[in-house]
Amino acid sequence: MSDLLSTVVSAGTFEGNQELRSRSELTAKEVMREVGAVLRMSEADVALLAEVEADPGEDQTMIINMGPQHPSTHGVLRLMLELKGETVLRCKPIIGYLHTGMEKTGESLTFMQGGTNVTRMDYASPLNNELVFSMATEKLLGIDGDIPERAVWMRMLLSEMNRMSSHLLFMASNGMDIGAVSMMLYGWREREEVLRFFQKVTGLRMNHNFIRPGGVAADLPAGWRDDVLEILEMLGPRLDEYDTLMTGQPIWRERLQGVGVITRDEAIALGATGPILRSTGLAWDLRRDMPYLNYKDVDFDVIVGSYGDAFDRYAIRLAEIRESMRIVRQILDKMPGGDFRIQNKKVTPPPRARIDESMEALIHHFKIFTEGFKVPEGEVYVAIESPRGEIGCYIASDGSATPYRMHVRAPSFVNVQALPHMMRGGLVADAVAVISSVDPVLGEVDR
Amino acid sequence: MTTDVLHDCVLGQSHGQQVLFVPKDRYIATLRKLIDDSYTMCVDLTAVDFLTHPGRTLPEAIAPERFEIVVNLLSMRDRTRMRLRTQVSEANASIDSAFDLYPGTEAMEREVFDMFGITFNGHPDLTRILMPEDWDGHPLRKDYSQGRIPVQFKGSAS
Repeated sequence: MSDLLSTVVSAGTFEGNQELRSRSELTAKEVMREVGAVLRMSEADVALLAEVEADPGEDQTMIINMGPQHPSTHGVLRLMLELKGETVLRCKPIIGYLHTGMEKTGESLTFMQGGTNVTRMDYASPLNNELVFSMATEKLLGIDGDIPERAVWMRMLLSEMNRMSSHLLFMASNGMDIGAVSMMLYGWREREEVLRFFQKVTGLRMNHNFIRPGGVAADLPAGWRDDVLEILEMLGPRLDEYDTLMTGQPIWRERLQGVGVITRDEAIALGATGPILRSTGLAWDLRRDMPYLNYKDVDFDVIVGSYGDAFDRYAIRLAEIRESMRIVRQILDKMPGGDFRIQNKKVTPPPRARIDESMEALIHHFKIFTEGFKVPEGEVYVAIESPRGEIGCYIASDGSATPYRMHVRAPSFVNVQALPHMMRGGLVADAVAVISSVDPVLGEVDR
Repeated sequence: MTTDVLHDCVLGQSHGQQVLFVPKDRYIATLRKLIDDSYTMCVDLTAVDFLTHPGRTLPEAIAPERFEIVVNLLSMRDRTRMRLRTQVSEANASIDSAFDLYPGTEAMEREVFDMFGITFNGHPDLTRILMPEDWDGHPLRKDYSQGRIPVQFKGSAS
């Protein structure tokens, strides 16, 4: 152990008490809590859990480090695992390697600029981050009911397309983690098609800053409908190929079924949301259960699993791509005309053409981008369903043009807490499958 | 601010959202009652440092303190949310941990400890979570200046 510690120290990644400590340093109660025993279980159940390892003794276990630089940790996630042979006894995620103080940065950016900050948190679904930030700002401004219909439907279109691209990325990375390397290429290939659409609409593949308080930044470009239809036509058969390649394949099922099991009560207690919660059989989707935008006007199913294992989480995400396609098809039919942003001079800059002919418009444009707009004092929490679960934005405003406090409830940050629980008693080879099935985005975990 | 009473705490409204102002000494007891009211999931726990904005709008019965712990609860049965705001003073920046009621607050409380220096009594593992272990200060406090640490690059000529 001391040898291991000294290598870790010399590598410059020693995090002191944040790390997983050896059993000899802990009391029985601390070990009990660390293994996640306090999940509102009865004492008898907790005792059962404790029996699994039955205190194997220091000389039979080994603490190893996985990450922060490891191809299967989806970024700079570091896990410390206590192993006995190949069995994982304890696990502790150590995070913060990608912490850049984005919530602090958010306090010095105006509400107009805030989108550039939050969009970089969950970089696999940036549009959902912008959406939740914009919705929170609009609620503080009291204009959340006045957003033009076209802007609302455009937001839904982009949000669903983003869910597709994010889940396609999951298909790719999950395939790679399990060993289906060709799947990685296919997943990235399909995602790229969606990103190309985003580039056409927003100008950028990622980090769009396109959904802004008051609406969206620009109208949809000419020919967008054909582009969306093309993606939908391409994606349907490709998803069927995924089914052939993975879903029914015995090796794939062996690797995922029964791995990383979590029950419904445990998921609720740990605050896990999104596909993790739905894999336990609980149909909870904010789009259906606490509708925002116009989700009450579209028809879709909430996909649930029944075993709470990694295979369920994979199957849920695959099916959710199909549900998103179904929603997008309905959006194509219902997309209304009209304004793409609110005609409220306080939050909306004048159109580019006006700047050339009006001094007032130029001044207005300049002021709105340099000073921003003032938001009334108050505090608000808005949550939407991101591909990873509930993403929430808590903003406290002091009446100025910058948020007094801007907090993002990141789904990955909370879901990562479920890792130690899912890994307990499993094999170290399955650890990768479990991390992958949680689908954490470290930019959002560390913010 | 129109107010009501729930579990002997002031219940206010903020943009149509329920906000419960809980005194610090009844924080855990109130959470326990709210679990019985089907608020079984704690989706978020964070804090705000009101050092430079002391005159915020609060119900009359609530005396403002420097810090506020903000807890967002979710009832899946009733499909409602409840936000708890608890005043925490600068002199005694600590509050009981909600870990035993909501195990999912483990990382969130560590984050608040890391970012605001508020300690949670009874938390199983109250260490820094995002900042390095040997970091000085708590970055999201309002008296923590931004850009105080000069940017250095290893091996640079200067």
